[in-house]
Amino acid sequence: MADAALFEFLHTEMVAELWAHHSDPGPGGQKMSLSVLEGMGFRVGQALGERLPQETLAFREELDVLKFLCKDLWVAVFQKQMDSLRTNHQGTYVLQDNSFPLLIRMASGLQYLEEAPKFLAFTCGLLRGTLSTLGIKSLVTASVASLPTCKFQVVIQKT
Amino acid sequence: MAVCVAVIAKENYPLYIRSIPTENELKFHYMVHTSLDVVDEKISAMGKALVDQRELYLGLLYPTEDYKVYGYVTNSKVKFVMVVDSSNTALRDNEIRSMFRKLHNSYTDVMCNPFYNPGDRIQSRAFDSMVTSMMVQVC
Repeated sequence: MADAALFEFLHTEMVAELWAHHSDPGPGGQKMSLSVLEGMGFRVGQALGERLPQETLAFREELDVLKFLCKDLWVAVFQKQMDSLRTNHQGTYVLQDNSFPLLIRMASGLQYLEEAPKFLAFTCGLLRGTLSTLGIKSLVTASVASLPTCKFQVVIQKT
Repeated sequence: MAVCVAVIAKENYPLYIRSIPTENELKFHYMVHTSLDVVDEKISAMGKALVDQRELYLGLLYPTEDYKVYGYVTNSKVKFVMVVDSSNTALRDNEIRSMFRKLHNSYTDVMCNPFYNPGDRIQSRAFDSMVTSMMVQVC
């Protein structure tokens, strides 16, 4: 679908642009770029968290919000649903996507494993932003065992 | 037609509040403030009730001798409060619902504006003009 490709290309360019202007190629500079990407994702997530649930009824509990993320948010942004959602019922959720659209064009297997985190930072921010608009403070991290399968871990911060 | 419209953030501070007779504004501010308690009560009542459908529109919060106050809460816990003149021929529920829907749409547009920081006061002129169109025509 042409629409999906537009966002994928834009995202790839965003990552490439942030990495090209590295004045500090050490780990400090990389962390800056990752947090810039995450911050961008956060703001987008905040706006999406307001617009997408507009017609749905009020969420009853945390699990409903996570299910909304896995179904409606993922479908709106990536045209597919999240493949699995697991929880330990104590505030940690693991969302697994077996063929993440932003990674699927890169490789299949272990090649480019070190480069993968850059392409997940924006999406982590997106999840965190949407959760924050819906009233849940969280910490989102991503991990890749082998492309294109990736897991997003959401830890709810209890205040 | 509304006499006062307020948008309250989830931490219960006002993001936008405007009333039509510009003298005596404080009275409306006070009314909106007291209505927040009723809103919270309704939200927690919804949570406890085992009703499957949870609506965003809260309905009439409380009537006073001159005014009626209506409420609406979004999924992001942002509350819209509208004060309507009682002497007006009773506005139908549908009309109030459609006014709230317009408010919700405009608020979503404000949220998506890249120049807006979530949590700031709403200064968008588009939002202002939408609210003006909903308020009483004072000639």
